[in-house]
Amino acid sequence: MSAAAAKRVLILGATSAIAQETSREFAAAKARLFLVARDAEKLRAVAEDLKVRGASAVETCACDLTDTAAHPAILSEAAAAWDGLDVALIAYGTLPDQKICEGDPTALRLAMETNFLSVVSLLAQLANILEKQPGSVLAVVGSVAGDRGRRSNYAYASAKAAIETFAAGLRLRLAAAGVRVVVIKPGWVDTPMTSHLPKNALYASARSVGHGIYKAILSPRAVVYLPWFWRWIMLAIRMIPEPIFARLNL
Amino acid sequence: MRNYQSWGRYPKSEPHQIVPLHWLSELQELQRFSRPVLAHGQGRSYGDCCLNNGGILLDTLGLDRFIGFDTQTGILRCEAGVSLDAILRLTVPKGWFLPVTPGTKFVTVGGAIANDVHGKNHHRCGSFGCHVTAMEVLRSNGERVNCTPHRNAALFCATIGGLGLTGLILWAEFQLKPVAGPYIASEQIRFRKLEEFFALSADSDKSYEYTVAWLDCLSSGAKLGRGIFMRGNHSSRPAAPQAERNGNGSAVGGFDAPEMLINHASMRVFNWLYFHRQRRDAVAQVVPYEKFFYPLDVVPGWNRLYGPRGFLQYQFVVPYDRRQAVQEILQVIERSGQVCTLAVLKVFGEIPSPGMLSFPRPGVTLAMDFPMQGRPTLELCERFDEIVRAGGGAVYPAKDARMSPSSYQIFFPSWQEFASFQDPQFSSDFWRRVTPAG
Repeated sequence: MSAAAAKRVLILGATSAIAQETSREFAAAKARLFLVARDAEKLRAVAEDLKVRGASAVETCACDLTDTAAHPAILSEAAAAWDGLDVALIAYGTLPDQKICEGDPTALRLAMETNFLSVVSLLAQLANILEKQPGSVLAVVGSVAGDRGRRSNYAYASAKAAIETFAAGLRLRLAAAGVRVVVIKPGWVDTPMTSHLPKNALYASARSVGHGIYKAILSPRAVVYLPWFWRWIMLAIRMIPEPIFARLNL
Repeated sequence: MRNYQSWGRYPKSEPHQIVPLHWLSELQELQRFSRPVLAHGQGRSYGDCCLNNGGILLDTLGLDRFIGFDTQTGILRCEAGVSLDAILRLTVPKGWFLPVTPGTKFVTVGGAIANDVHGKNHHRCGSFGCHVTAMEVLRSNGERVNCTPHRNAALFCATIGGLGLTGLILWAEFQLKPVAGPYIASEQIRFRKLEEFFALSADSDKSYEYTVAWLDCLSSGAKLGRGIFMRGNHSSRPAAPQAERNGNGSAVGGFDAPEMLINHASMRVFNWLYFHRQRRDAVAQVVPYEKFFYPLDVVPGWNRLYGPRGFLQYQFVVPYDRRQAVQEILQVIERSGQVCTLAVLKVFGEIPSPGMLSFPRPGVTLAMDFPMQGRPTLELCERFDEIVRAGGGAVYPAKDARMSPSSYQIFFPSWQEFASFQDPQFSSDFWRRVTPAG
């Protein structure tokens, strides 16, 4: 897809730090953006920013995307706003506390509703809309965490792994319709979601990851690690035999 | 990964807690902190006015959204953590430039206001604060005060140049200036003594919007006071079609250079080369604005060249008729044997700033970098202070890490009047150092 073709863009989870940065790239390329997020005040701030940065038009919809019953209405509103969609990006998630998820089934369920159920619901609905638009792109933000379960975050990681598997199947289905499905897998990113964690040299900025997502959407690739070196780190981590992996404190 | 030092990396200071701010609609209750708070943006002030040892630093870089930009009038409104770099990338292609810019574009709007920064066009346009039309300040009691030159004007004036002590600047609105394109028609003229500089400056200030000079501080005797005068105007040349320039350059990297890199001999060689890099005495060229305004920005992290001990910048202003102080200070440096690595000289104009504690005032200003070598460097600066005090001048707080309380209070006599606008919960290492109340 060329930058010129990405003119009608839907961003789900538009107030996340990474989504804001990607949206700024689309705005600078004069796209029209339809933004969905939970908090109306934040959404308004993001919309104003994107208009200043060059977006041809910005529409917003404040809603809770864990309410999957509302998805068809939201998505058809987004698709109708400019009579079609060129790009849809799902870019939200939470980092649930693994320990709490182990003891509290409600917390675990909520983590799965946010990071998995609502996302695949959107993917399924969006597939039906984009299927009628050859050349369009469906992108979803996964995580390197999904590449292998670890004791410190397997609730989060399993949801991200599930998204990727769902998207992989969807990719095969939509290929026939000329629609691309891209899974973006960031490593550690310095965002409000990770603000409570100690940082190390592998942390990337939201800006560089947001830019990487924009490039990934325009590129022909199916799965994109951000920054690129995570592909090789995760390859190595997947290849460690289980008995050894069990002894590593990861 | 961010570090929360100041640009000079001296003094070292350890905040108790960093609080990242992301949304104007979701601000922290400042009163819940039992310690003093201070906003910290890009950390580009040199000394300790952006530091808060044992206190709370409010990291404003997440407040990086534009709020409005009228491409007809050139009025821009944005959150306080937006950098001048982000503004230029947005507005220059639309024909608007910053009204005033310091020597780096990596400062935030909040920082530009809190330090009331100035630039090469001070003689024409005054300081940054002269162009601010409105801003909102969050006080620790939860009050959000919308202030303009006419509404809540006293808080407006106290906040401009107020070193971040009147509350948290949330957003600001200011007037940009129209330009034809991204180029500056510049000239570089060699001068051999200070009198030549003053003559060039007096002559150029009439017809050039931007004037400044680089001074060779290591030449001695008859060569003392030589340098290169730079002047420029916005060029009428429009942007080249493929004007997609990205100018971040290569970083010095995450390590400190060995201190021996910067010494008397190496800097003499550098200064000689710089002085003689143009064969003719005067060279004219049209250059991209980045090259004219921000030559050092192409080397991110250049401050680390000074090694782990960091460096001090000393910037002062003296009234024009006391400009002899510049010569005196150069002589003091010559006798001290200390290495002044960079020196920049400029004549300020008459335009007053609305800022109550602003540094820029009519006269001559000189900024100098010195590698931090402990006591000899501090004593040298103390000697400068004496000359500046005798000349009725002032030292720039944004660059300062060491001036005494008595010097500060002489340089900024309005500090007591200012105290009534200071937010009781805001403080900084600088403020605790130079005032009794802190």
